Amino acid sequence: MKNAVGRIIPDVIKGFKTVRPYAGPFAFTPEGRMAGAKIRSQRPGSDKVLESISQAIDAAGLKDGMTISFHHHFRNGDYVLNQVIEAIARKNIKDLTLAPSSLNDINDAILPYIEQGVITAVETSGARGKLGKLLTSGKLSRPAIIRSHGGRARAIECGELHIDVAFIGAPCCDRYGNMNGINGKSACGSLGYAMVDAAYADKVIAITDNLVPYPVRPISIPQTQVDYIVVMDSIGDPAGIASGALRISRNPRELLIAEYAAGVIEHSGYFKDGYSLQLGSGGASLATAKFIREKMIQQNIKASFGVGGITAPFVQMLEEGLIETIFDTQDFDLPSIESLKNNPRHLEMSASYYANPHCGGPIVNNLDVVILSATEVDVDFNVNVITDSNGVIMGASGGHSDTAAGANLAIVVAPLLRGRLPMVIDEVNTIVTPGETVDVIITERGIAVNPRRTDLINNLKGTGLPVMSIHDLQQIAYDLAGKPEPIEVSDEVVAVIEYRDGSVIDVVRKPI
Amino acid sequence: MQQTKLRRAMMFMPGNNPAMLQSAGIYGADTVIFDLEDAVAITEKDAARHLVHNAIKQLRYPCEVAVRINHIQTPFGLDDLRVVLPAKPDLIRLPKAETAEDIQEIDRIITKAEQEQGFPAGCIRMMAAIETAKGLMNAYQIATASPRMVALAIGGEDFIADLRTSRSKEGHELFVARSQLVLAARAAGLMVIDSVFTDANDEVTFIAETKMIKQLGFDGKSVINPRQIRIVQEIFTPTEKEILHAERVLAAYKEALERKSGVIALDGKMIDTPIVTRAERVLAYAAAVRR
Repeated sequence: MKNAVGRIIPDVIKGFKTVRPYAGPFAFTPEGRMAGAKIRSQRPGSDKVLESISQAIDAAGLKDGMTISFHHHFRNGDYVLNQVIEAIARKNIKDLTLAPSSLNDINDAILPYIEQGVITAVETSGARGKLGKLLTSGKLSRPAIIRSHGGRARAIECGELHIDVAFIGAPCCDRYGNMNGINGKSACGSLGYAMVDAAYADKVIAITDNLVPYPVRPISIPQTQVDYIVVMDSIGDPAGIASGALRISRNPRELLIAEYAAGVIEHSGYFKDGYSLQLGSGGASLATAKFIREKMIQQNIKASFGVGGITAPFVQMLEEGLIETIFDTQDFDLPSIESLKNNPRHLEMSASYYANPHCGGPIVNNLDVVILSATEVDVDFNVNVITDSNGVIMGASGGHSDTAAGANLAIVVAPLLRGRLPMVIDEVNTIVTPGETVDVIITERGIAVNPRRTDLINNLKGTGLPVMSIHDLQQIAYDLAGKPEPIEVSDEVVAVIEYRDGSVIDVVRKPI
Repeated sequence: MQQTKLRRAMMFMPGNNPAMLQSAGIYGADTVIFDLEDAVAITEKDAARHLVHNAIKQLRYPCEVAVRINHIQTPFGLDDLRVVLPAKPDLIRLPKAETAEDIQEIDRIITKAEQEQGFPAGCIRMMAAIETAKGLMNAYQIATASPRMVALAIGGEDFIADLRTSRSKEGHELFVARSQLVLAARAAGLMVIDSVFTDANDEVTFIAETKMIKQLGFDGKSVINPRQIRIVQEIFTPTEKEILHAERVLAAYKEALERKSGVIALDGKMIDTPIVTRAERVLAYAAAVRR
């Protein structure tokens, strides 16, 4: 069948629920009731602290065929996922579904356990490196499911993704399971993704290297949701968890793109006192912070709130009073973690509060401006952030489609050429974010506004910004680098790209 | 009237780097200078001149395109001209210019190339970089050696080496040379372009130096990093206040002429001819920026 972005989707995908084709960003109206965790109880005086991961796995009753989850707040410093999988493998448990909020290069260590059948299915936001290649290889028993951050929260809350056991790395935890991410040697900041897992998993195991006297303060995940606690020497490598401070890019091409992005925001019609914004952590979107900050100072404009993915430049704007409040699902550097710890206007939020489309209203609905990156865009403004030019999974869906759908102005920044490959093409290899939710594409050689946004096109007239049609932009890329041949793929579906509402927006087919 | 072609920021790009050649036009430089000289190793000279030739022929640059050739007294300079001229660059920049004869020889080569290729006569311009004391002493002769000449530039690093001193943040060691070069260029009716500032991360000193050379009378600055372009252009672009003042000066001047008054005043201050000339220059520059 053909879905609303023109992709041919199989009517039936083996190992996948009933296929509901993507029909539009808000076409689907959910029904039913939210899912829930099993009822749990603890008697007074009980001790949740166990001696090892092995004991915790036993206590949680983990069995063949179950689903386990992790959070990716430790990014490339994560020791928890690898050690837990290793412990599970030693118990000869098989056929698990691995459902972490995302996967990083460091998790390549679990490849042998996928080969051995300990893990036979993956549901996540994305994967890089060897894991990405493995997901693309078709070696799993069923296709990987790629979800946005909001889509994952939705899937958990409605029961589509049922987590049997959630393993939560806790940088700071007390003996009854209250935890936060801001204290301790493995501080990662917000625990926004883990909050949803903790609230809905049947069993929750906190793994910490920083067991502190009761009670932890502040509490990000409460004791009421935690069954067991395991203390390890180290749950993460601080160097891989957070950098000193993400620096504004000095790459002139990224700075140029950022300058254009700031210009588009300035003239969009949304740049006024009380507006709200989300900036990514990529080079160009981070650099936009520099230029937008200058414009806010010059024009005496203050933002009511900022959302992210928080980085040092964003925190600086909070401290300068340019942003009133920050809502934070994830921190990328140490200044952001410190800010979450110390600044009362810097608030932690769950992935559901952030982006779940099927809740009382995620904060992305209140966003004016979001800046997003892309690995490819096409002439219909569809965006790929998941596969590379060879069709191999190498990125993550993240909050891309969530914020694009929610924000008034969704800006995608990307170089027009990467190496010698055009980034504006006829059809992206994989659609993650539908073009109807993308408003502007900004490259170093020109800016294309979605023709649906006649208001924006008018607002950007006479600003000196290099606005052109998406086809002109594509032609410049083709003139410079030639037209790329489409990659050849087989019929085998190796991954399903779920739109945030649970419909299928695209599939990844195995490259030949 | 002052030349209004803008050469505020002339950006060097190594001629042997295809990615940089391809993206050279996107940063808004008034001129890109594809370098075949110092930025290119001897083993890369041949490849670089052909890359530059093809880039100029195939890519559309939204700005003036210059090529810094090797000096014609080196084994590479004449080959640079032979390969590059048929691509019709806008400008040839000669480094280490010391005599009028060097300029005249290149002029002859360009003239021949223009005839052979069927280009309009004189379409390829020249500029010369003064990088030695001898060159400075001959600067006016160099500037007036060919009608193709549009600008003089100073090559600071080599000049400092020739002076047997070292570079300071304040640039005292170049003060006299810069001033003399401005005199020579102005006497010849040419533009004058300052040297590069090599520490792209030291914005504070770069801004101070650019403001200083603008005050000395320079028309622009050579830059080595795209991040420096905007800084130079902002410093060299008249401010709204300057433009407004210039407009008022000229209005007062026009009004005085109409009423045949010998005394012109604005806000209680006398306006004389140099002030009028400066106002005209500000407005010509502002108009050029808008173009």
